[in-house]
Amino acid sequence: MNHILPLIITFLAGLLMIVSEFIPHKPFERIVSELEIWFMIISGFAIILGQLSLIKMNVLKIQYKSENWKYCVVTLISFFIMLIAGLLWGTQNQGGIIGSGESLIQSIGSKPFDYIFDNIYQHLMASMFSLLAFFIASAAYRAFIARTLESSLLLISAIFVMLGNTSIGTSLTSFLPENLNFLHLPTISAFIMDYPNLAGQRAIMIGAGLGIIGSSLRIILGIERSWLGGKK
Amino acid sequence: MKITTIDRRWIFLFILIGVGLPLMLPLGFKLEVTPNVQTVYNLIESTPENKVVLLSFDYDPASKPELHPMAFGIIKHAIDRKQKVACLALWPMGSQMVDDVYQNLKKEMPDIEYGRNFINLGYKAGGIVTIQAMGKNLKNVFPSDANGTPITNYSILNSIHTLKDFAWICSFSAGTPGLKEWIMVAKDKYNIPVTGGTTAVSTPGFLPYLNDQNQLTGLLGGLKNAAEYEFLIQRKGTATAGMDAQSVAHIIIIAFIVLGNVAFFVSKKRKKD
Amino acid sequence: MKKRLFCITIALGILSMLMSAHLFKVTDYPNDDGSAIKLQWDKSILESGHIELYKSTDNKHFIQIPLSSDMTEYVDKDSTFSGNMVFYRLDLKNHAGELVNFYKSSAIPKAQWFNTDKLPLLIILILFSSAIAYYVLSAKQGKELYIRKINGLDAMDEAVGRATEMGKPVLFVPGIMDLDDMQTIAGLTILGKLAEKTADYHCKLIVPVSKSMVLSAAREIVKTAYMQAGHPDEYQPDNIFYLTDDQFGYVAGVDGIIMREKPAANFLLGCFYAESLIIAETGFASGAIQTAGTAQPSQLPFFVASCDYTLIGEELFAASAYLSKDPQQLGSLKGQDFGKLVIILMIITGVILEIFGIHFLKDFFNIS
Repeated sequence: MNHILPLIITFLAGLLMIVSEFIPHKPFERIVSELEIWFMIISGFAIILGQLSLIKMNVLKIQYKSENWKYCVVTLISFFIMLIAGLLWGTQNQGGIIGSGESLIQSIGSKPFDYIFDNIYQHLMASMFSLLAFFIASAAYRAFIARTLESSLLLISAIFVMLGNTSIGTSLTSFLPENLNFLHLPTISAFIMDYPNLAGQRAIMIGAGLGIIGSSLRIILGIERSWLGGKK
Repeated sequence: MKITTIDRRWIFLFILIGVGLPLMLPLGFKLEVTPNVQTVYNLIESTPENKVVLLSFDYDPASKPELHPMAFGIIKHAIDRKQKVACLALWPMGSQMVDDVYQNLKKEMPDIEYGRNFINLGYKAGGIVTIQAMGKNLKNVFPSDANGTPITNYSILNSIHTLKDFAWICSFSAGTPGLKEWIMVAKDKYNIPVTGGTTAVSTPGFLPYLNDQNQLTGLLGGLKNAAEYEFLIQRKGTATAGMDAQSVAHIIIIAFIVLGNVAFFVSKKRKKD
Repeated sequence: MKKRLFCITIALGILSMLMSAHLFKVTDYPNDDGSAIKLQWDKSILESGHIELYKSTDNKHFIQIPLSSDMTEYVDKDSTFSGNMVFYRLDLKNHAGELVNFYKSSAIPKAQWFNTDKLPLLIILILFSSAIAYYVLSAKQGKELYIRKINGLDAMDEAVGRATEMGKPVLFVPGIMDLDDMQTIAGLTILGKLAEKTADYHCKLIVPVSKSMVLSAAREIVKTAYMQAGHPDEYQPDNIFYLTDDQFGYVAGVDGIIMREKPAANFLLGCFYAESLIIAETGFASGAIQTAGTAQPSQLPFFVASCDYTLIGEELFAASAYLSKDPQQLGSLKGQDFGKLVIILMIITGVILEIFGIHFLKDFFNIS
């Protein structure tokens, strides 16, 4: 029974969603809208589940003084500061429990939640994202070695695309006349992106799409059950 | 230090210098407008006055350096063309991105007026589900703006009932939900022109949508295209400044790739000998 | 004479009705739920003045519908339509606002039971599903099915064995998307197989997740895997934990885990975005053997550059079938391959037809 009920629900829900894609007549359109609203509600409530798990895990690590437990203290302090700031004074467009924090806005320029968001969080996010610039350089240094014919082609294409995407690349071949425009670096870069790259991307997308169809059918028909947490 | 195995930290140091210096001392490299950017520009140019357009801010601060300049450029262009701009967010931080753009644009554009030609509808969870619901009734999904004021209080959305009433839709997208979902619903289902801006790394994934069916009407991919758009609307923004840094960083990466290959072939030759 | 005049008058009346019907057409909007009516009028009407559109449900009391001056068609979407006749009147007024002419028409909004625009989609769906069903049944009847090697999956044993020898944990990252993404589900099905191996090898398995619903599913999957492997006591629910929904907060957390715990084997299987390279490079720097898999074409190059094994696109979805060696699941993979063959043939046929200027295949699959 543990597995039969979820399988039945999965089958019926899957079948309903597929069928309703083709039938505009009521009540199919209404059923789909209702399911869409249910999903929005569930995804909102599920956030609470995650936060409780996060708090529990960090509290237990602090309690048992596990390795690196001090990081957990930082996590929890940050979590509760943002939570309390948002609850008490609200965010830019919404008031909090005790008001809209006009006096705080006058002293620090914005509400505490927005102040921390603008001055700490945004910069942390941008810093993490900027790691990509460094990591791509080290990954490219390692990966673009002309060991074989295929890797040589990859290397040459990469150099053309990189140069074509920069102002330097545009300047390097800007002297070329109109009839030799096909040798202009941005043109070569655009050609590589629009034809071989696009063909490869489309092939991967088609393959992935078929993979999704296969996986979805296996799940809907109950052939694949590992997502439920068990074999047949 | 063996050239065959350069410590990653040297690469990081060179990248840091290569990106940091041009930001402080701009080099002023030339820009050339590519067709996809021109298509986006033409879409806004050809839209009649007083039409309402929809911009979806589907990114967070991590993608701000690439997508924010695009948002600035497109909103400024639309307002200059006397179009009315409605903004919403499918990512939680997106609403704050809208506010940031509005506050900064207000300084440059006295024309912009909240409620008359600009509105922030705020954030709504649900992704593609939200977009599909907007296709049926916009006011049910967004009964009030980001400040909680009923949207019926503003004149900007008087003629808007569903997605179909927008002249075009633009999504600034850093992932999911984002541009792909807007194409699937707004373009494929309702045939509304959809354009967008994405980070450079996501751009190749959207190129298939630039096809005969016009699933995407132009695309701004990455900082370079954002700088090209600033060039078209004659606004020197952060994208233009960033292009110099990006160009130098690319050259440094190419230099290290060449160095790596030289080292590989030298060591291969030594092994043969 | 009088009869002749009468007949001419009737004929002229019918002719003008037919012409006005041609000038102002009201029809049921196709492929909808019966809540829309399509109105079209000829452009020549607009040349004589401006138009006003009115609507009525009883042909007596008309309400005006606001229109732009340059419109030649309008879709009246009204959720109160109940299958009864709706009447429309298009008034043509001159610049002085005087009524010059009017056109009347009506239609009954009907709901359709099948969206004919999606017929090509249905055909493809039936074709692919039938192929998958055929091969699943063939496999059930004992037919041997050949599936090519997927190195990344074959190396799973080696990776877990390496981690056990080194006394280090195994890290599994199921991506940053929620349970509604098929890539996440595909990743979690592989997690089940991986958890059985780590249970057998008595190796620690760490699974940081980004979404709460994924947390619940992952815990259930790993718990069941450990029970089926016969080591329920080794299951540690705290090893599967939630970090944050935020993309870069999550990657910062995962990077911290990699640098502190120094896992010997990393499995990055699911939906990734910009954080893919950050996780993969950090894992490379820590010396772990890495297997990655995603259907995001934009992230695959980063995984290929930084990881030892990469599952590209559909290999991620095939992994569960490949690892379980279940004939029915392998049969569905063959069905997918049939679908690929059909698409290849359609592309070749379509290209040839387009070269010769025959567009019916392209037009047929143009779903509006």
